[in-house]
Amino acid sequence: MFQGKGALALAIGGALSLIAAGSVVADEPAKLVVNGEIEMVTETEAPAHLDAFDTIYSGWTFRTPETRMLQMDDFDNPAMVFVDQAAEAWDTVDGSEGKSCASCHGDVAEGMAGVRAVYPKWNEAAGKVRTLVQQVNDCRETRMGAEPWKYDGGKMVAMESLISVQSRGMPVNVAIDGPAQSTWEQGKDLYYTRFGQLELSCANCHENNYGTMIRADHLSQGQINGFPVYRLKNTKLNTAHARFKGCVRDTRAETFNPGSPEFVALELYVASRGNGLSVEAPSVRN
Amino acid sequence: MATGVKPRVKVPATVAAGETITIKTLISHNMESGQRKDKEGNTIPRSIINRFTCAFNGETVIDVAMEPAISTNPYFQFEAKVPEAGEFVFTWYDDDGSVYEEKKTIAIG
Repeated sequence: MFQGKGALALAIGGALSLIAAGSVVADEPAKLVVNGEIEMVTETEAPAHLDAFDTIYSGWTFRTPETRMLQMDDFDNPAMVFVDQAAEAWDTVDGSEGKSCASCHGDVAEGMAGVRAVYPKWNEAAGKVRTLVQQVNDCRETRMGAEPWKYDGGKMVAMESLISVQSRGMPVNVAIDGPAQSTWEQGKDLYYTRFGQLELSCANCHENNYGTMIRADHLSQGQINGFPVYRLKNTKLNTAHARFKGCVRDTRAETFNPGSPEFVALELYVASRGNGLSVEAPSVRN
Repeated sequence: MATGVKPRVKVPATVAAGETITIKTLISHNMESGQRKDKEGNTIPRSIINRFTCAFNGETVIDVAMEPAISTNPYFQFEAKVPEAGEFVFTWYDDDGSVYEEKKTIAIG
């Protein structure tokens, strides 16, 4: 059955790591270009509201060459498997109204272009700032008559990634003035508030100590332009809120929940610190 | 029965005659090993892709037997010399009898 007349017939048992056997080059890629066409800004001037830095850096610049390479080709980026699954969900009718996402928004590439870059965003009807995830669930509940997805569940994070893909390469540009301003200020307060037994604020690590090591990991500026991210450590997509939760937990504090008003405010503030960086999601990190 | 199985293949569209190209393949699949147990303690039956082949114009390029220790979403990257225009056929064989096939034509240019 396994006879082949060809050049090469292989039988491999045990765990495989063919990526390592492939053509991964150790040279450090200096610029992030995805699929040889989408040029990303991974380093730029800090937005005006941010006094702490002159230059803001994407988390991509803090990772090892191998991890950076994974993000440069959609075929190598493991997150794309989940994006494909979400693309099917986009066209799948769900709920009592007989609608799918595509029924209203059409083709995802057109309907969702640029959306990721401006979220979290003030929603006039709701009278508050909404994250992309909350907007998706609002669509599911009010327009589709479907059950909302879990805030940081697999289906939602895949859908968030699919929507983000349509904005890749566009600069993050969340609004922090007007009606969103009070939420933004709440997020800023949280960013500089020390939590937990270790009494650490976000700024203690990501502002005062970025570029240094925290145990075996390289501290980044904590930018979220690449979220949702595929993390090699847990081999799945991770939301910004799950990352916030992990960070607050690591200060040995009781954390806020994904989707809580506190984390929505924090997401808006942290996103605004990355205004000007490219939307990279879904990115690859360790 | 495995669900959500989707093969993906990356092959250049054109190549110079006799050139060696890199082919990347990935199939999304749970690759249930048969070693795990569910909440009630019952063994979850094995369900993996057990064989992967690639052929070019009928000639075998690679033929791989796969075992339960192989991780979810198996990814293969390999090289092939392309002497002429033609078609790569990639085939994955599932434990449940399903066969997934993907084809890519390549031109000399």
